[in-house]
Amino acid sequence: MKSIEAINDFVVKFANVNGSGSASANELFAKSILRMGVPVSPRNIFPSNIQGLPTWYEVRVSEAGWLGRRGGVDLMVAMNPQTWDEDVAEIEAGGYLFYDNTKSLPKSKFRDDVTAIGVPLTQICNATYTDARQRQLFKNIMYLGALSVLLGLERDTIVKLIGEQYKGKEALLQPNVHALDLGREYAEQNLQPIGLRVERRDAVGDRIFAEGNAAAALGMVYGGATVCAWYPITPSSSLAEAFQKYCAKFRVDPETGKHHYAVVQAEDEIASIGIVVGAGWNGARAFTATAGPGISLMNEFIGLAYFAEIPVTIVDVQRGGPSTGMPTRTQQSDVLLCAHASHGDTQHVLLFPEDPHECFEFAASALDFADRLQTPVFVMSDLDIGMNHRLCKPFQWDDSRRYDRGKVLSAEQLQAGVPFGRYRDVDNDGIPYRTYPGTHPTRGSFFTRGTSKNTDAKYSEKGEDYVENMQRLKRKFETAKSLLPQPVVQAAKAKAVHGAIYFGSTSPAMAEAVSILDGDGLHLDTLRVRAYPFADSVKEFVAVHESVFVVEQNRDAQLRTLLIEQFDLDPARLIPILHYDGTPITARFIAGTISKHLDAAKVLPIRDGKVA
Amino acid sequence: MTYLAKPKLHHPSLTKNRVGYTRRDYEGAVSTLCAGCGHDSISAAIIQACWELDIEPHRVAKLSGIGCSSKTPTYFLSASHGFNTVHGRMPSVLTGANLANRDLLYLGVSGDGDSASIGIGQFVHAIRRGVDMVYIVENNGVYGLTKGQFSATADQGSKSKKGAVNTDAPVDMVGLALQLGASFVARGFSGDKAQLVPLLKAAMTHKGAAFVDVISPCVAFNNHPGSTKSYDYVRQHNHALNRLDFVPACAEITVDYAPGEVTEVHQHDGSVLRLRKLPSSYEAGDRVAAMNYLHRCEARGEVVTGLLYVDPDASDLHAHLDTAAVPLNTLRERELCPGSAALEKINARLR
Repeated sequence: MKSIEAINDFVVKFANVNGSGSASANELFAKSILRMGVPVSPRNIFPSNIQGLPTWYEVRVSEAGWLGRRGGVDLMVAMNPQTWDEDVAEIEAGGYLFYDNTKSLPKSKFRDDVTAIGVPLTQICNATYTDARQRQLFKNIMYLGALSVLLGLERDTIVKLIGEQYKGKEALLQPNVHALDLGREYAEQNLQPIGLRVERRDAVGDRIFAEGNAAAALGMVYGGATVCAWYPITPSSSLAEAFQKYCAKFRVDPETGKHHYAVVQAEDEIASIGIVVGAGWNGARAFTATAGPGISLMNEFIGLAYFAEIPVTIVDVQRGGPSTGMPTRTQQSDVLLCAHASHGDTQHVLLFPEDPHECFEFAASALDFADRLQTPVFVMSDLDIGMNHRLCKPFQWDDSRRYDRGKVLSAEQLQAGVPFGRYRDVDNDGIPYRTYPGTHPTRGSFFTRGTSKNTDAKYSEKGEDYVENMQRLKRKFETAKSLLPQPVVQAAKAKAVHGAIYFGSTSPAMAEAVSILDGDGLHLDTLRVRAYPFADSVKEFVAVHESVFVVEQNRDAQLRTLLIEQFDLDPARLIPILHYDGTPITARFIAGTISKHLDAAKVLPIRDGKVA
Repeated sequence: MTYLAKPKLHHPSLTKNRVGYTRRDYEGAVSTLCAGCGHDSISAAIIQACWELDIEPHRVAKLSGIGCSSKTPTYFLSASHGFNTVHGRMPSVLTGANLANRDLLYLGVSGDGDSASIGIGQFVHAIRRGVDMVYIVENNGVYGLTKGQFSATADQGSKSKKGAVNTDAPVDMVGLALQLGASFVARGFSGDKAQLVPLLKAAMTHKGAAFVDVISPCVAFNNHPGSTKSYDYVRQHNHALNRLDFVPACAEITVDYAPGEVTEVHQHDGSVLRLRKLPSSYEAGDRVAAMNYLHRCEARGEVVTGLLYVDPDASDLHAHLDTAAVPLNTLRERELCPGSAALEKINARLR
């Protein structure tokens, strides 16, 4: 048997029990590799459960910087007897199995093509600690210690990280370092080196290691959101909670101690969006964070906000659904739901962040777009971005940046006689002017309702008033195209006849897939859409390629549907590449599926009645 | 409904209030409700109350859901911003609007279909949170716009116009509001403007969640024998608790009452609610007593009206959230954006 040999390029998977305190040890593992200058990308794979069910943490170490999920496992840290068999089966041939050998296991539980590395973690813990919880928690740090020796992680780096983690709680620092050293000592004295190594590099740069939900929450703080209404739902809850946390830090008046924000945990998602609509109507920047089931409930309000033209910002952290279905698994399956949310002819602005950096940026600018366009704006995140730490560019803010509050008439303008009709298209861009309630004693008041109105917001059920309004809303959607983040095009190394369109969390896997395909001589130009409505350049991209693969993480090719719909494209030219089992899409999957397509499309010469 | 447009010009001799407005300045578009609809009387009472309280019309935001009652904000205060929201969801929109600007007066106008059925959840939670608002339910026990179906406040055993008998137990909005912690709870009758106007004035000056249930007969679908929400039935069974005199902060109290005849409630803005007691023992400051009293009267088939409960020291959602005194919608980059230096520190911690 040949064991896997790799430096700075492998996958470690931790199989744990939910609630066992493994998360912080696992995160220390990932972060210590980062501190050694080697990119990592970890993913939580967890059940909808608080304690007891299996949970996994998969860390991809990649000096080349590939941050997508690779697939396959080189080193399994098997800490959960419940999932032992499937965990062992998942290891690549030649890989490694790290386990607790306090209790001996029959030979049948192991594989001949996998190197087993046993450490009596429970035994060492029981000998060292008397408290049951300590035995559990320090076992995690202990395996980190043993792994650090096996893989060559620097002790000083880990100790420094532990110090940062327990800053202000110094009493916890020493016991953790002690547990780390117990693990290290055992490994140094009893274990052989393995073929997987981490070596110090300088491949991380100034990038940060952030979670998308926290990043989006921070973006909302920077973007000036003052009202947040939400209802707890996985995987979005941590976003609202992070917003509250950041506000407590940054939005408390230093003199009065009063809050420059209001967060309401509402009774459901309908009330959440209602509160956001009310606040937006009244001139505050407001947002809600939710997942697909929440969007379903919000539909009626989203439609009202579209027709009444009220700024609303919604972060949809996508997941599987509905009901109990797959709340802890990632998907990009709310694209059509959000693009056309509500009854009637509705179209909504969507933003597609690829990582936490863009979650921050798009959250802040979504508030601008919502105010400028007076309409709901969706930030389409997902669980893969939202609830995992991802290496990304640092957050950026230009202090000269001003909030775009859109077309709002002030008391002074109204007093000066600026004419006002709420739904008049004064600038011929489809965007009308609005007033905040309470602005002027005699000018600027209007009644807000759905579609039964004329351009001056007076009640009307006339057909021509309805049509005029609907046409203006269409013009407004056209205006949005040039305002929103433009697509990112990446030309292939050599001239390519095929293209690929993708978005959001598919980004890292796509970049790697292009590189794999390139190596096979299959060249692909790529385009990452960052917003809907799509810029016209997306149509041009499709036009100049023989065929275009549309890569997405849902069953029904939802982005492809939107592309065909907006540009009236020939569906045959857009080939769907679909991944929707709830795990993040991989480069192997994309490259494999695309090459299969291209192979099948090759016209093979027929000789003597046989395919050559 | 009337088909005659009201003249825009006002008679010059119309009395102006202290902020310079005549009563006509508080009116809205011509009502499109049925002639004799109780809701129009409530609109008239709102107009009267706002005028008498010297409220500037543009400092009011009027929000409603869907239904006959929810149409009425068009028919009063045309200088105010109004919002016909989604069926049953006015409370959440009002909550958000109130969070954005705490300086306006928020009138939430709803009906029994809007608030007791589809919107009961939002009604419950807006009251629970103590949103500073006047929540008016124009309660007629029937769905008017869809032509006469029972609503959830229809009494068990009451008859529809077509003769069907309602078998479901009624939702008691006043009882609910008391239980949920509303800090002002009253019930009026659209046929008794003299009682309703002071109740609305008291509610408008109350700081906190004020709930006013107004029995408002539907002349088209629920004003027949066998209905418990008809003009005749409510007049016969009206059990008025008290007569309320609203004394604004600036006014001198001139009328004297014999001791024990009157209870005074001093509100935060300096105004005084003088309650002339009708049943000898009723105290409007005791929530538990109010609930007991209400249930006992209801068991006797009486419709209790008047000020049921008031807590003059109530707090509201803004107090609970500790928000700044200035409206959130007036804050700018300076107060809201932590800036690039703070962001650099955050970046550093994420490495």
